Amino acid sequence: MSTPTRIRATRKDGATELRMLLSHPMENGLRKDAEGKRIPAHFITEVSVQRNGEIVLEADFGPSIAMNPYLAFSIAGGAPGDEIVVSWRDNLGDSRSDAIRVV
Amino acid sequence: MDSRRRDVLRAGGAAGIWSVLAAVGIAAPAQARDARNVAAFEATTFDDALRALGAEDAAESGAVRIVAPDVAEDGRAVTISVASDIPRTEQIVVLIEENPYKVAASFRLSGAMAPAIQTRVKMARSTRVHALVRAEGRLFVAWREVTVTVGGCGT
Repeated sequence: MSTPTRIRATRKDGATELRMLLSHPMENGLRKDAEGKRIPAHFITEVSVQRNGEIVLEADFGPSIAMNPYLAFSIAGGAPGDEIVVSWRDNLGDSRSDAIRVV
Repeated sequence: MDSRRRDVLRAGGAAGIWSVLAAVGIAAPAQARDARNVAAFEATTFDDALRALGAEDAAESGAVRIVAPDVAEDGRAVTISVASDIPRTEQIVVLIEENPYKVAASFRLSGAMAPAIQTRVKMARSTRVHALVRAEGRLFVAWREVTVTVGGCGT
């Protein structure tokens, strides 16, 4: 249904750098379509990022986050094979979870 | 160190539980907790947003650093970075003063995370971007002016 989150995890200087691109329209509910009808709000409200089952970041989003939300940050430590899981949920109740292994 | 991490996770409350359970398919997302500061996210005036965040008296701090373009050509996606040099940073909130909804995102950091985050936001027009940092229950703020050539919130 929804498009997978693209996740990059690179180890650098004793840390793991994470970059992710979530696929979502992030409609703020204020835009109108070509016929002048309001496009309903549809945006991610919550994101969580886990490493090996432990939460490293939790985020709440408002509709000001750009379409296809991008996040980049760094977590201490890390090793090849670590599992990174990125989960989100939106205001309409859709959700998804994607995982990668750190190389 | 360990106890601090527990505190942060506890501050996140059942959020973690939701995420973990949802990840293994036990909990439906509808059962999620409500750690989200709904009042802050629904605030349509900047003062209301600050009040909802309990941040009216937040101290301006040079230890909160915002990196953003001086001029953003396209308000639909403006790259913003916030970094905190304040020890034990637990939360980073990004606010955009002139957007219809003021709070763009609130990040709750675990002890494992470096206190810096980069994301992309929509900006309706030229305005100040504010970053609020919570550390050991205290609040610090910084802001930065961004000029927007073409607005990105739509009407």
